[in-house]
Amino acid sequence: MTAAIVATGISRTYDLDGVSVPALRGVSLTIEPGDYLAIVGTSGSGKSTLMHLLGGLDRPTGGTLLIGGRDVAGLTPGEMAKLRNETIGFVFQSFHLLARTTARDNVALPLVYRGIGRRERRARATEMLDRVGLSHRVDHRPNQMSGGEQQRVAIARALVTDPSVLLADEPTGNLDSATGQSVLALLESLNAEGVAVVLVTHDREVAARAHRQIVMKDGVIVPDPSSAAVAQ
Amino acid sequence: MRVAEAWRVALDALRANRLRSVLTMLGVVIGVAAVVALVGIGTGTKGQIEQQVEGLGSNLLLVVPGRLEAGSAPAASTMTIDDVEAVARVVGDRDRVAATIASGETLRAGSRSAFASMQGVLENTPTVFVRKLDRGSYLTRTDVTTGRRVAVLGAGTATALFGDRDPIGRQITIGGVRFRVIGTFERLGQSLGVDRDSEVHVPVTAAQRLLGTDRIDGLAIRAPDRERINQLSTAVVDTLTERHPDSDFSAVTQEQILGVLGDILGVLTGVLAAIAGISLLVGGVGVSNIMLVSVRERTKEIGLRKAVGARPRDIGVQFLLEAVLLTTIGGVLGMALGVTAALLVDALSPVPAAITWWSLALAFGVSAIVGIIFGVVPAQRAGRLDPVVALRTE
Repeated sequence: MTAAIVATGISRTYDLDGVSVPALRGVSLTIEPGDYLAIVGTSGSGKSTLMHLLGGLDRPTGGTLLIGGRDVAGLTPGEMAKLRNETIGFVFQSFHLLARTTARDNVALPLVYRGIGRRERRARATEMLDRVGLSHRVDHRPNQMSGGEQQRVAIARALVTDPSVLLADEPTGNLDSATGQSVLALLESLNAEGVAVVLVTHDREVAARAHRQIVMKDGVIVPDPSSAAVAQ
Repeated sequence: MRVAEAWRVALDALRANRLRSVLTMLGVVIGVAAVVALVGIGTGTKGQIEQQVEGLGSNLLLVVPGRLEAGSAPAASTMTIDDVEAVARVVGDRDRVAATIASGETLRAGSRSAFASMQGVLENTPTVFVRKLDRGSYLTRTDVTTGRRVAVLGAGTATALFGDRDPIGRQITIGGVRFRVIGTFERLGQSLGVDRDSEVHVPVTAAQRLLGTDRIDGLAIRAPDRERINQLSTAVVDTLTERHPDSDFSAVTQEQILGVLGDILGVLTGVLAAIAGISLLVGGVGVSNIMLVSVRERTKEIGLRKAVGARPRDIGVQFLLEAVLLTTIGGVLGMALGVTAALLVDALSPVPAAITWWSLALAFGVSAIVGIIFGVVPAQRAGRLDPVVALRTE
């Protein structure tokens, strides 16, 4: 099996009012199918930048990045969108569900941009909600659901396109610890079914559950995860 | 599929901000309504004038002094009654040639007075122009040859001077000279706001004596058939020019008058529609403005949609549809308002109005185009948003 994502010496420099600010300085990383990886780091360490790059939301200013075997350097924004739709599932800290839209239609949203008909979209969304244990919340709107339920809807939405990688940015950040645990358990059960899961977090307890940890600091990967640099 | 979703989202977005959507539409509604109503009034007025000119009767040829060209000054007439006789010989039928001398005069009957257009005419006027009497009789040949001071009143003048009383046989004064009323005309109504019933017909000879002249202002000829009208026109102008070598004469047909009037009204309608179009443009600017606000408000949503696979084009189409939906709904409401306004004007005022299908189609098309033009910039802005930045927006 080929790697889902291969980053080779990627860097990302932002241009802020003419001043170059390097956010990522040469990161190499491979995500294999079925991986369970945690990216840890403090705010400003470059972990969010890395996640945006791995998810195809942004492109590196240096190095090579292959997502689903394709080099993102030559892709147009439209092709990047298609790549994200087919390969990546996103789970965000603040859920990012559309208000005034039912759980089912929120979950079905990525299928709209895949050009799938309404009937099939709804069927697949319903199936996915069932898989995350929300078959009783299909017609509820985000404001009628708890935080944990909303995050499950978001996970269902990330899964509906059958992606090879699930990118979760602080998925438990807005949840109480019990709810957070159950969301993590859900992600882990999905991982067990074969989806690669990449957790971005500053929470070491959460990170400790992953099979593999990467610690980011000042835009580079800290060589030894057990070093004192992690603790702070 | 994507377009269907875009329609659904666009409708949903408009519904979510109902008041804002309605206020934004209002600009387009007013613009479209103004265009439809003004074009309707222009079209209706043109139709009415055409009807009235045609109502004068067919195959009419009007002969006036001077040249009928743009920029030429109106010329003083040199024609006399003798010219009428000469033209009548060319036409071959005296009854087909009418002569007129006109002047605005004050008419009095007892304590009442009225201002009217005095027309000094021949006895054949009601047959050359189609005019019907309401009461009494018209001028006779003898009235004209002897210069008898008898008068036929327009319906408006008759009412102004005599109210409900029968004016036949009563005395009036025109410019201080006594005349006897022998008949009244049927009511004609208004044309372009001008009352066509404020007139009085008297024998041309009596009018000339009153005005102290032996001139006449113009001739009107009813040609026997349509084919001969142009030939007759040339012959009449030639005859008159021969008799008055120093003067110019012009003959115009109804078609020519209609053409000139049609051109003038067409330009007028166009100018009115253009002014109304400016308000439509202002409405479009309002749409553009509100769409930019909408893009800013929904930046996070745009970011999320992009993250899950929306291409820049998908987002652009969604916002463009929203703008077009705003302007076309506004356009339909504006058409309804414009048609209502035009029909009300037609029913409640002397100004006529006619709604044409092409003006409605045009208004709808223009409002859709306004939506596209003023929606493009906000839509492009939405489509080009960087998903990372958009997702981070609070």
